[in-house]
Amino acid sequence: MKKLAIYLVCEPETPELAEAAVDGGADLIELGFPFSDPLAEGPTIRLASERALARGMRTRQCIDCLGAVRARVDVPIVPMTYAAILEAYGYERFVADTRAAGASSAIVVDLPVEDHPEVPRVQLVAPTSTDERIATCAAATDGWLYLVSLTGTTGARGEVSPALAGLVERTRALTDVPLYAGFGISTPEHAATVAELADGVVVGSRAIQVAEDGPAALRDYVRGLREAIDAAVPA
Amino acid sequence: MTTTFGAYGGRYVPETLIPALDELTAGWNAAKNDESFHRELHELLTTYAGRPTPLTPAPRFAPGKRLYLKREDLNHTGAHKLNNALGQAVLARRLGKHRIVAETGAGQHGVATATVCAKFGLECVVYMGAEDMRRQKPNVERMHLLGAEVRAVEFGTKTLKEATSEAIRDWITNVDTTHYLIGSCVGPAPYPELVRDLQRVIGDEAREQFLAAEGRLPEVVVACVGGGSNAIGAFYAFVDDTDVRLVGVEAAGAASLGTGRPGVLHGARSSILADEDGQIADAHSISAGLDYPGVGPEHAALRDAGRAEYLPCTDDQALAAFHRLAETEGIIPALESSHALARALDLDEELVLVCLSGRGDKDLAEVLAHS
Repeated sequence: MKKLAIYLVCEPETPELAEAAVDGGADLIELGFPFSDPLAEGPTIRLASERALARGMRTRQCIDCLGAVRARVDVPIVPMTYAAILEAYGYERFVADTRAAGASSAIVVDLPVEDHPEVPRVQLVAPTSTDERIATCAAATDGWLYLVSLTGTTGARGEVSPALAGLVERTRALTDVPLYAGFGISTPEHAATVAELADGVVVGSRAIQVAEDGPAALRDYVRGLREAIDAAVPA
Repeated sequence: MTTTFGAYGGRYVPETLIPALDELTAGWNAAKNDESFHRELHELLTTYAGRPTPLTPAPRFAPGKRLYLKREDLNHTGAHKLNNALGQAVLARRLGKHRIVAETGAGQHGVATATVCAKFGLECVVYMGAEDMRRQKPNVERMHLLGAEVRAVEFGTKTLKEATSEAIRDWITNVDTTHYLIGSCVGPAPYPELVRDLQRVIGDEAREQFLAAEGRLPEVVVACVGGGSNAIGAFYAFVDDTDVRLVGVEAAGAASLGTGRPGVLHGARSSILADEDGQIADAHSISAGLDYPGVGPEHAALRDAGRAEYLPCTDDQALAAFHRLAETEGIIPALESSHALARALDLDEELVLVCLSGRGDKDLAEVLAHS
């Protein structure tokens, strides 16, 4: 069965939202630890991060949020953040404390694969990545590889990036690790298209928008993604 | 982390940009070793920018001292920024990029970038904080006249920090066609080194000119520091002259080196204004060009090594120096450079070299509003 990962920014409501996402069929929760200057994010996640910070969601509070999500769901939880957060908190301390709170792995968007190997993490590759870098990232990655489906920042798009198929093909030729694709995927149709290419689908910005309407709306949205994925690629 | 300057520098960027940074590094190394690149740049600096810029004594500004101004304000477009913009534009053409994005604070880098894009026929998009567009209106109008598109950044602090983030996001999105023409010695490697190499002409010229004028080196070199490009350009030729004191002057409300802590911003580890969680703090300065919570990593390394020191200057001190230089020497300095001028007057040394990084026409409205 193809995996569905849902990204949410750590806020006070997030544990309840994460539970709703899992009820709707999410197999993994990415938990954004907000950073003030997130270079890879489009407007939706940037604004959500600003709001979370204004509500006091600093690293300690995010780790508590992670623990509260863990108390409600059984799926893997992966904190996703920026190097500045680990730099301030301590790289090894971040790994220890997030693991203790229930995290499986981490994603650090702006930490190149060569650096800080003491942080086990899901590596990202992009359409611009050379085969050599894809191989390096695949060898170093922790569990699965995050395919950035487009050359750009996060955010809902009209259609699935035409670059994704080529990236999947190049990456498949170099590694056997599971490939989850994200960035720009927002509708059930997108999710179905991506599921036919990759092992997992990551949805972020659109999930955050839907979560504004509460857990029930998020559960229904995620269920729609789940059903489209399962219809396209039956288990 | 594979850092460039001791514990500072590095390439803290999304994977999408790593190949472009590799390409830029290779392109810069090839250009540096290519005589034709240096010939082309030298030709542009002399026939277009107006280099070498003069060294001007300022006896009425600093009685009792022998204080000299390195006149980067006399560069075409009115600031040292053109040195870097010309070099990077030549490099961008070598890399086959036909679209340029840049960030700007005071607008001087935006104007320099728009200028070189006009000259070379490159598409130009400049990101500028909405607050800075208000403070530096003449430069916005200049960029428009030069054919650049100025995109207002309306979120966060609406200043240089957000403009830089937006320029990087544009680069992430358009990296195949676009060169990011960063304006200071900040950002991921190789930018801090690249910008230093293009700005070192300031100190290289000034060192020779000072020797010719005084028969010896200055006792101290003073420059303002926002991101730090005019300062690193002025300092670099003197780094091995260990008797020459190097003094950077920061805006007191944006003292990344004086009051900052190690952290990551805009692709590099440096000394930055941040809270204990690594969240970037707001900077405050009357001078848009210094209103930035980060600084070039090489300055952090020079500070830690004890080779350079960094002093704060308040808005009021800078304004007083602004007026004083205008009234005593007939030179209207940029508010940024006024910070260096203000602290240069306090120093014990007699033989002083100040980098006058830019001219102050752009600041008239802001200065008049404060007087």
